[in-house]
Amino acid sequence: MSLALLIFGIGIISLLLQLNSLIKTQMDNNLKGIDMVVGAKGSPLQLILSAVYHIDSPTGNISFEDAKKIKNNRMVGSSIDLLYGDNYKGYRIVGTEEKFLELYNAKIKEGRKWNNPLEVVVGSKIHTKLNISIDDELISSHGLRETGEQHSDQLFKVVGLLEPSNSVIDQLIVTSPESIWDLHDDHDHDKEHEHDHDKEHEHDHDEEDEHDHDEEHEHDHDEEHEHDHDDKEITAMLIKFKSPMNIIQFPRQINENTNLQAAVPSYEISRLFKLFGFGIETLTYLAYLIIIVSGFSLFINLFNSMRERKYEMALIRTLGSSRRQLSMMIIFESLILTTVGFFIGLLVSRLGVMFVSSLMEESLNYNLNSFGILNEELWLLVLSIFIGLVSSIIPALQVYNLNISETLADE
Amino acid sequence: MIQTKKLNFKYNDQAAFSFPDIKLGKNENLLIIGSSGIGKTTLLHLLAGLLQSDSGSINLYGQDISKLTQYELDRFRGQNIGIVFQKPHFVNSLTVKENLQLAQYLGNKVNQGRIDDILSSLNILDKKNKNPKKLSQGEKQRACIAMAIVNSPKLILADEPTSSLDDENCDRVIKLLKKQASEFNAQLVVITHDNRLKKHFKKSIKL
Repeated sequence: MSLALLIFGIGIISLLLQLNSLIKTQMDNNLKGIDMVVGAKGSPLQLILSAVYHIDSPTGNISFEDAKKIKNNRMVGSSIDLLYGDNYKGYRIVGTEEKFLELYNAKIKEGRKWNNPLEVVVGSKIHTKLNISIDDELISSHGLRETGEQHSDQLFKVVGLLEPSNSVIDQLIVTSPESIWDLHDDHDHDKEHEHDHDKEHEHDHDEEDEHDHDEEHEHDHDEEHEHDHDDKEITAMLIKFKSPMNIIQFPRQINENTNLQAAVPSYEISRLFKLFGFGIETLTYLAYLIIIVSGFSLFINLFNSMRERKYEMALIRTLGSSRRQLSMMIIFESLILTTVGFFIGLLVSRLGVMFVSSLMEESLNYNLNSFGILNEELWLLVLSIFIGLVSSIIPALQVYNLNISETLADE
Repeated sequence: MIQTKKLNFKYNDQAAFSFPDIKLGKNENLLIIGSSGIGKTTLLHLLAGLLQSDSGSINLYGQDISKLTQYELDRFRGQNIGIVFQKPHFVNSLTVKENLQLAQYLGNKVNQGRIDDILSSLNILDKKNKNPKKLSQGEKQRACIAMAIVNSPKLILADEPTSSLDDENCDRVIKLLKKQASEFNAQLVVITHDNRLKKHFKKSIKL
């Protein structure tokens, strides 16, 4: 009973520690090199979750023009565009730049990077799980859920497979922004029969003309394709500053002066952790309480069993055991119990991590796996040993001071 | 080989005992007889070093055990003295064999062959791997004798070994004890109120 309590307490704490550390490392891993995320107005946390972790829906799209203005700001060191629109069997297809691969240190395992629209590179998790290989053609669905309408007329062609990088990119299908634009252009086109592709272009031209006459000239030199992009949209933009100092001022400027939203991932994530931190903390205290109760229970068990086994103890003494030997035996009994309890608790927590991880993987395409022993868990071992020691001290003293003669005469 | 002088022991003012001197030569057995409440068990515990006397000396095989420390006394007892209790005691979580191994370990006389020898001489070799709780009363008593002699003690102390037995079994047990003692070269000291045992001993002391 006391062992069960100990296992329970150790298990909970170790599980919390594991999950906390796994989520944190996973989160931090994906946060590297991203100082700020710019996207459509909405919840900043949602923006971060969607654009950095790819687990929430995006807040909306922003115009390419607006994004460009921010990109050109002198405080911005580098930026990466992100564009969503489609998914393949629930895995997001992201239109982005090649820098995106570098951001996560993702290396091509097989094949090459995308050069043309509708060519994709597939993250390691996806190609291993769905058994995708080079030259496969993927039919994407509209939106970010599997249930979206299928773009059966336009196929993505797999040109590259990525090595595992232990970051979000493992769960993504990466392509050029043009792929998504083209796809959705055609998509719209299909839907609205009256609209002609060329007509639309002309319409755009007119707008541009009104806006700026000087630029108009340049536009004419541009490729038709490039020109297309000016009125296109992107979903979000990952930004790295030139100097870390800008993190204070620049996001505020954007939020106040433009119709875009800027969010700082490190800030939002620490806010998120504070939110669940309270729950985790309460649970941790509860688990420590359980461990303490298990210590008491162990003490009472030992104490009672010492009374029941008094004759045995006296017998062992008459057989030639010294007082110290006998006391040590009691202490070791308790230590073995608590140490075994610790390891079973650890095992339970690992099973818990596996369970939670499989849940998260299913619902969020997110995975956690690492079974190393954390430093904090070594402290738990120390705690278990301490509890074993403390709860056995009184029974051991009892045995040490046992009056054998009285005990034996008392039968 | 066994000599006590002016032994005194006091639990409190109402229960103070002084014991007659005992002198026992090599291979001599002794019966100590006395009625209840006269300090029989106290004397046995003094001889076994389970109690320490207030005054007087106990010399066992050249060693004055009243001068030993608690630790030395435990060692000495483990190696030289075997005790047969009135009621058999065992470590109940261990089998008969394991109980005997524990006794050997504590007496520092590990010898697997001897366990089998003793158990077969006591006719309970087949109960070797049984839990002592599951033995019959007679088997328990024999297993208890095995515990007492497994370390080849020089002295076997028996506390009321026959008090709860009928005449027939009483005879059988005391003969068994004497046989085991002589077989394994030990001296036997029996403490009892049971007058039936008198005829089995040449030497006896009345308390």
